[in-house]
Amino acid sequence: MSYFSDIYKGIKTLLTGMSVTGNYFIHARKGAITQEYPDNRETLKMFDRFRGEVVMPHTDDNRHRCTGCQSCEIACPNGSIEIIWDRAVDPETGKKKKKIDKHIYHLSMCTMCGLCIEACPTDAIVWAQNFENSVYDRSKLTKILNQPGSSVLDGIED
Amino acid sequence: MNFIQMIIPLNITKTISDWISSIMPETAANYTIMVVIAVAYLVLFAVAGLYLVLLERKVAAWFQLRIGPNRVGPWGLLQTMADALKLVSKELTSTIKIDKFLYNLAPYFVIVAALMAMAVFPFSKQFQAFDINIGVFFLIAISSIGVIGILLAGWSSNNKFALIGAMRSGLQTISYELSVGLSILTMVLLTGSLQLSEIVEAQRTGGWLILQGHVPSIIAFMIFMIAGTAETNRAPFDLVEAESELGAGFHTEYSGMKFAYFFLAEFINMFIISSIAVVLFFGGWLSPFGITDNITWFPEVIWFIIKVVGLIFLMMWFRWTFPRLRVDQLLTLEWKYLLPLNLMNLMLMAIIIWLNWTI
Ligand code: SF4
Ligand code: SF4
Repeated sequence: MSYFSDIYKGIKTLLTGMSVTGNYFIHARKGAITQEYPDNRETLKMFDRFRGEVVMPHTDDNRHRCTGCQSCEIACPNGSIEIIWDRAVDPETGKKKKKIDKHIYHLSMCTMCGLCIEACPTDAIVWAQNFENSVYDRSKLTKILNQPGSSVLDGIED
Repeated sequence: MNFIQMIIPLNITKTISDWISSIMPETAANYTIMVVIAVAYLVLFAVAGLYLVLLERKVAAWFQLRIGPNRVGPWGLLQTMADALKLVSKELTSTIKIDKFLYNLAPYFVIVAALMAMAVFPFSKQFQAFDINIGVFFLIAISSIGVIGILLAGWSSNNKFALIGAMRSGLQTISYELSVGLSILTMVLLTGSLQLSEIVEAQRTGGWLILQGHVPSIIAFMIFMIAGTAETNRAPFDLVEAESELGAGFHTEYSGMKFAYFFLAEFINMFIISSIAVVLFFGGWLSPFGITDNITWFPEVIWFIIKVVGLIFLMMWFRWTFPRLRVDQLLTLEWKYLLPLNLMNLMLMAIIIWLNWTI
């Protein structure tokens, strides 16, 4: 008897599947998830977890959160990050302290694995949502993440 | 030489055929008309096939909440023209160790078999190229020739994926041919005729066959659609191509125009299966409830097209809903379920006709 109940179940499950896709079909007009990219360039908003490129956010008075600890440089599996650092005397304490000179990021080598961002103890670097990276010269993809003349925010220690 | 009687006496073709007969001796005129009609059919169904490709892509997009082709021409209407142009202009490549003759022959087998079947369909009362009295039989015979092309393609490509795909196609077609044949036979039992135009005429008075034969007709229709989908090698029965396992299956090694033939043949076969279903179950070119019976100028071919497109949509719906079957599941479905059910259904239909329980 399970023979006929199998047939019944089979037809029922097939019809369930078809009703699901049929429902999609009817709502495809309004609910289409396609982004017509170059046309909606102005309004296009990438989703939050999209990995565009690594950037270092700065405050309005040109301060960042990078202490120059080099954790990101070590974490990067393919050497996309180079940190050129220096020691400078902290004016308040009078002690010598490590600070970054240049945080160099090779976008052309980056695999967007995100290990550097996870490794950073002070959350100095984050993902940006920009993805239009085409340039005519490869060297333009090597970026210096800290802005010129920027310094580390007060109170950030590693 | 009574070919001319089988040939469409549409008003347009009538003037053309009169004109051709007036300038040529009779035999030559007959042959010329045959050639003209053949070319017209070829062009018509090649274009129809191309637009089915577009329809498929649009419908697939809507099923997946996408937009689909919308760049070439208004609503993407010229997309398939662009694709066809691309395929025509592409180089025909092949590997070294192919069997040249069979490799080149295979695509023509498939496409010719598909186009030959078109000849017997009664698209409307006048629009039928070849009205033979064994039309249904002819269709079943022709539609199984295509598989030879697929087998040849797989064999001559000298490629393991192609060969596996081709063998699966052989197995699938041989199995499902039975179901197609038997479900068609069930309906033939009801009409008592193999001539397609007569089958349509039989539905003018008694209602469409799917109503006339009620229960067994509906079962036959379901089985026919399942087996027909399998015949055309479309998902969920696309083991023959099975992109995820076999590359592109039997046409892995084909490129350019030869690939396009296989591609087009798939869509024309879909059209054929839907047309058979429309003639056998849904009254061919007859209008529903006879609403346009009294309008003499109304082109009945429109009803045929509407019904065919409806059934094609159903097959596309299958394709974009169901996952692909495994080979053993495929055979279980046919031999354990469809075939016994079909035989029972045939008996049921015979009993119903014997007891005069048809509507
Ligand atoms: S995302 Fe990965 S590859 Fe890119 S810079 Fe960071 S660690 Fe290196
Ligand atoms: S970005 Fe983060 S991990 Fe890299 S040097 Fe600066 S503080 Fe350290």
